[in-house]
Amino acid sequence: MNTAPQPAARAPMGDRGLDVRIKSAQEAAHRIRLGVLEQGEAQGGGYVGQGLGVADVLAVAYTDQLRLDPADPEWEDRDRFLLSIGHYALALYSALAEAGTIEREELESYAADGSRLPMSGMSTYTPGMEISGGSLGHGLGVAVGMALSLRHQGREEQLVYNLLSDGELDEGATWEAAMSASHFQLGNLVAVVDMNGMQADGPTAEVLPTEPQVERWESFGWHAQRVDGNDPEELIRAFDAAREQADATGRPHVILCDTVMGKGVPMLESREKLHFMKIADDEWGLCKEQLAAGRASDANESDETEEDVR
Amino acid sequence: MSTSSTSTTAAQAPKRSAAMIASIADAGVETTRAPFGHALNAVAADDERVVGVTADLGKYTDLHVFGEEHPDRYYQMGMAEQLAFGAAAGMAQTGLLPFVTTYSVFATRRAYDFLCLDIAEPGLNVNVMAALPGLTTGYGPSHQAFEDMAILRGMPDLTIVDPADALDIEQAVPQLAAAPGASYTRLLRGAVPRVLHEYDYSFELGKAKVVRPGEDVLLVSSGLMTMRALLAAEKLTEHSVDVAVLHCPTIKPFDAETVLDAIDTPRMTLTCENHTVVGGLFESVAAAMARRPVGRPVTPIALPDEFLDAGALPTLHDRYGLSTDAVVARVLAELDAQG
Repeated sequence: MNTAPQPAARAPMGDRGLDVRIKSAQEAAHRIRLGVLEQGEAQGGGYVGQGLGVADVLAVAYTDQLRLDPADPEWEDRDRFLLSIGHYALALYSALAEAGTIEREELESYAADGSRLPMSGMSTYTPGMEISGGSLGHGLGVAVGMALSLRHQGREEQLVYNLLSDGELDEGATWEAAMSASHFQLGNLVAVVDMNGMQADGPTAEVLPTEPQVERWESFGWHAQRVDGNDPEELIRAFDAAREQADATGRPHVILCDTVMGKGVPMLESREKLHFMKIADDEWGLCKEQLAAGRASDANESDETEEDVR
Repeated sequence: MSTSSTSTTAAQAPKRSAAMIASIADAGVETTRAPFGHALNAVAADDERVVGVTADLGKYTDLHVFGEEHPDRYYQMGMAEQLAFGAAAGMAQTGLLPFVTTYSVFATRRAYDFLCLDIAEPGLNVNVMAALPGLTTGYGPSHQAFEDMAILRGMPDLTIVDPADALDIEQAVPQLAAAPGASYTRLLRGAVPRVLHEYDYSFELGKAKVVRPGEDVLLVSSGLMTMRALLAAEKLTEHSVDVAVLHCPTIKPFDAETVLDAIDTPRMTLTCENHTVVGGLFESVAAAMARRPVGRPVTPIALPDEFLDAGALPTLHDRYGLSTDAVVARVLAELDAQG
């Protein structure tokens, strides 16, 4: 029995105090962002804007919510987290390093020849990567199958998460899956949408507007929540609400997360929002300095708050 | 007999197309109802992982037979082929063994990306059973999957099966369930002809087999055209032509060695397939022959490279050369032409 995985080490942190959980998620998000920048610098580019924007979502998922065994990514009783937006892989690699599934040093190999960390996430390359994303509109359908299958086998405590993007909401297949998830009453399914407002050819509002999102998901029979996707507290509360209502015969859940591309690095937050954000070779150091400065400022505010409370 | 044209004789009545439910059985050929559904029930009885998944075509792919036996293992995904394939991938990844049904046109033209990336690339054991392959409906191009093998042969790690009859299907289903990885089967459904039991033959995944020996002509065939080739071979005995039939039920991986060994003999060789001449059995044979030249011509019997007509299936099979009589006539013509 000594060799059995110890899920408690990574069980949802719902039993801790909210303040502790928020602080922990903030710290994890900071390290995920730093990992994103390190990967971008190592490769001379990459989907850094998206990675920085979604860091808080992944921090909450991987350090506060998911039941997983970092040492055994194939652990049968784990929650599933499906990344259909394959180009966000660098952020997920950073989250996997944060969770302890891969070594942090390995992030330097991002998108390099022979690396286990390809630019677009693939289950056949990376431990902990559940599916091969990239061709958008696939993830939610696969998630529906997993949620059905787990319920079919009586594994009702396991949840299936799918991280998709607002651009992915253009794909018809996403809505085939959305329709079926409520038909099958998949309360064990949680869709998380990164609403950063951008897709390959420009702003989502111009390319193909997808609003109003809350109303659309609700009309498909989903339990929909919309939050500031860069606010760990709002994210934790939304993920908790989904988990608390995750009975296997209930409504599926969607958490619509409004995020800012480049979040945490002011010079990138204010830069022209491009699908493939341009960062010069000599700018990576400054990016990391700005990230660190922002973190120090947040920490001070956080300390002051705690003192005020006392 | 009156020559008056005031009454319509049977011969003059328009042939009904019977559209989607047209039979492929030649007159006098034994048939079996829903061999796939019953074969899947047999596999499922011993393997709890087996589930059935369909995209609003359970009744038309014989999966309803499984659904009636195992309602709790039958997943109706609606008219959503992309979802059906994606969901089947998710099921296979979490311990189930899905058989997915739809029509060939939708499995290939419509949902290719999902079969390719969700199922084949991760190497999941998902078996797609696709009805109406090639020209097996008179409904027109929307439902005639004349190019399904051409679409799929380029997909890595996908096994492609083109069964001849009910026996092939019954024997293939348990082998597909047992074999790792993704597969696509050109399903014959409904009242499916049964001919192979009259020969010393059994289905073996990945193998081509000589079903009938013959000295003068070799027909290399797959799918329902093996049935037509065998029937044609019987008729050609009346013309003193001795015809061998080599059945290739697995199109990919292709058993090139067996096929080349058979072709490398002094017999006139034709391929017979229920598929466009582009990218199917004929070109599988041609590719094998390019790698190991045997110095003999091979003539295709296949559908033309064009959108096909709608109409009554027997008429269309005559028109496009797939009927038993058309195969007989073609062999005799080629014998004349090739000497």
